[in-house]
Amino acid sequence: MGVVGDVLSDGLGGLSHNVITGRIEDLVKWARSRSSWPASFGLACCAIEMMATGAAHYDISRFGMEVFRASPRQADIMIVAGRVSQKMAPVLRQVYDQMMEPKWVISMGVCASSGGMFNNYAIVQGVDQIVPVDVYAPGCPPTPETLIHAIETLHGLIESGEIMRRREVTGAGADVHVEEIPATSVPVLLGSS
Amino acid sequence: MTMIANEGAQEMRPRSELSARELFREVGAVLRMSEAEASALGDLPEDPEDDQTMVINMGPQHPSTHGVLRLMLELQGETVLRCKPIIGYLHTGMEKTAEQLTFMQGGTNVTRMDYLSPLNNELVFSLATEKLLGIDGDIPERAVWMRMLLSELNRMSSHLLFMATNGMDLGAVSMMIYGWREREEVLRFFQKVTGLRMNHNFIRPGGLAADLPAGWRDDVLRLLDMLPDRLEEYDVLMTGQPIWRERLQGVGVITPTEALALGATGPILRSTGVEWDLRRDMPYLHYDEVEFDVVVGTYGDAFDRYAIRLNEIRESMRIVRQILDRMPSGDYRIQDKKVTPPPRARIDESMEALIHHFKIFTEGFRVPEGEVYVGIESPRGEIGCYIASDGSPTPYRMHMRAPSFVNIQCLPHMMRGGLVADAVAVISSVDPVLGEVDR
Amino acid sequence: MSAEVTTDGTEMSEDEVTLLHGCPLVDSRGQQVLFVSRDRYLEVLRLLTDEGFAMCVDLTAVDYSRFMTRELPDGVTAERFEVVVNLLDISARRRLRIRVQVPENDPSVPSLFDLHPGTEAMEREVFDMFGIAFSDHPDPSRILMPEDWIGHPLRKDYETGSIPVQFKGAPS
Repeated sequence: MGVVGDVLSDGLGGLSHNVITGRIEDLVKWARSRSSWPASFGLACCAIEMMATGAAHYDISRFGMEVFRASPRQADIMIVAGRVSQKMAPVLRQVYDQMMEPKWVISMGVCASSGGMFNNYAIVQGVDQIVPVDVYAPGCPPTPETLIHAIETLHGLIESGEIMRRREVTGAGADVHVEEIPATSVPVLLGSS
Repeated sequence: MTMIANEGAQEMRPRSELSARELFREVGAVLRMSEAEASALGDLPEDPEDDQTMVINMGPQHPSTHGVLRLMLELQGETVLRCKPIIGYLHTGMEKTAEQLTFMQGGTNVTRMDYLSPLNNELVFSLATEKLLGIDGDIPERAVWMRMLLSELNRMSSHLLFMATNGMDLGAVSMMIYGWREREEVLRFFQKVTGLRMNHNFIRPGGLAADLPAGWRDDVLRLLDMLPDRLEEYDVLMTGQPIWRERLQGVGVITPTEALALGATGPILRSTGVEWDLRRDMPYLHYDEVEFDVVVGTYGDAFDRYAIRLNEIRESMRIVRQILDRMPSGDYRIQDKKVTPPPRARIDESMEALIHHFKIFTEGFRVPEGEVYVGIESPRGEIGCYIASDGSPTPYRMHMRAPSFVNIQCLPHMMRGGLVADAVAVISSVDPVLGEVDR
Repeated sequence: MSAEVTTDGTEMSEDEVTLLHGCPLVDSRGQQVLFVSRDRYLEVLRLLTDEGFAMCVDLTAVDYSRFMTRELPDGVTAERFEVVVNLLDISARRRLRIRVQVPENDPSVPSLFDLHPGTEAMEREVFDMFGIAFSDHPDPSRILMPEDWIGHPLRKDYETGSIPVQFKGAPS
């Protein structure tokens, strides 16, 4: 096993083993899936379970996701945890728009996914009417295990590039087409394989 | 007399857009005092144009507003002059949904209001329904004691969560981990008993959904053995710690007069020194048969509210120990054919039982006409359930008097004159649950 | 036949209408309910506050438009709306519920703000949900629904069903 003593003087010539080659797209996707930071978008009961997922017992940091960002600009994944009211919907959309690309959405719980038991005037019947949802986690509220499963599913989709392909075709995670807000500067696009 | 109320802006308007009269009125509205009193405050700039203030917006998406609370703060430097809570971002229309659900199904609805103490919500709904049915005196003893057991354990889990979030809001992030660790233990018991970690729908009109599982007593005893040491840890970590005391003592002070006028209940009212605990003063279930102390504060500040909750966990443990001693055997629900579905085994052998079961779960049971209000002590204060029935299987109107909804109106009072950095401490010490504020 | 008694309600019987401050006092499943007319609402509440009911724990309303046949004491005419106020006397540990009939064509009630400042948010909620205006309320705006919302959701003629998302100035 080659040991590199000093890269600056030896260069990479000292590396005889332990070199992995790969396409840059794959590496980018791998890196994205391994440290996706969630935006803390807690709304209702599900937010409590989301916090429980982050706490000691379930320990979401095993998946590189313990850094709940308060600012949407630093986050990659928005976990919509709870029921979205008509009053909250514009706020939710704004937070989503503030997130940097690439970004993903997990709809946590039945209320966020479909309105759940609250089929009434106040609740948006599915957050996919507002933002493109990539993974729906069922349950009322989903247990931390379910959320971890949803996160793992999303990681798999990110790593396989499935989500980005679908979004390029349909423009959305779900069925609803979401118009992009024109950016003032040109975004750097990575991993568009 | 007739007044068309303006459906105007909910936001707090900047000082420069208001005339002096309007300003006093708004300050009065926010501070809950009359126009004259507000004008006597004297800290308002004489000339609205010559102001040095700014209005900042906090929330509804903010990590330390406990969900989707939105506050508008008017600041002069770092001092909060005015503050207005804007709520409704989690309005779920639960009171409307409750009119569609039968009394049997209503528990699933109310349990999602205060999602940190779901069992208390179910309890108050069940008690109100039972009062309407006129069976409130016939609930089997075991069911009553089981309800008390669950209610107290729920109070503990709720307060433990408060410990965690209060710590996190004030920068003691390790407290977040500790608080959740203990809460997880309580939730594990709930999961064993009810099958769910939250939103149990376990306490139902007429009793409970099921009996306690085998080995429940050992689980509770294990909890009771474990918790005192952990609470000692909290004391070491927070109560005596100078930074913690600096952050909380003298912050968010409210006087007993103000608290009573604003209708505040629970730890907020008790922190001002008013001994008012519905468990003791207007006993329900068998709270008059157990011994416990009502914890009260002196100064009405955030530290008192923290200390009250910490000690209420200890009092709840004391109550749970007495419940363990007194838990009778017997039925866990009333054997009233009108309310209780027949046992599963009976359905296979009796046609009537099958019909009966079908009727209860499709149509529900009819509740006599009338209206009733029942209030109990939830971890946050008085939670009340007002049900008006028109004799059908669904409530004609179901209203929840949510403690957080009222308590949150104390925020402008507590924050006024304080520092903006203390705003987080004040919100945290009120411990609002937005699901209950907005319903 | 009527008799003036205190809220202990000890003298009440079935056929006797008990009066408190001139308003019929009814026992509803062991709870004291006082039917106050809208004109005397503020006056009676002020008297009750002086009597010890210093805390207003709850204020809500009911839309009785589909249940006009409800049981009311003699002398009280059923109207579409009812404002329900729950008072608490901490020192005597007793509760009292006030029911005020509010007609459909003029849904307005005096505000309790000066008496019980804590009702500010509750009255806004009732206005938001039922469209009952509270005169002299310091901040008569919606509290739960967005401010450009149309209709009052808890009225019985307001549909429960889900409706499309209403955006307000959202970037499309």
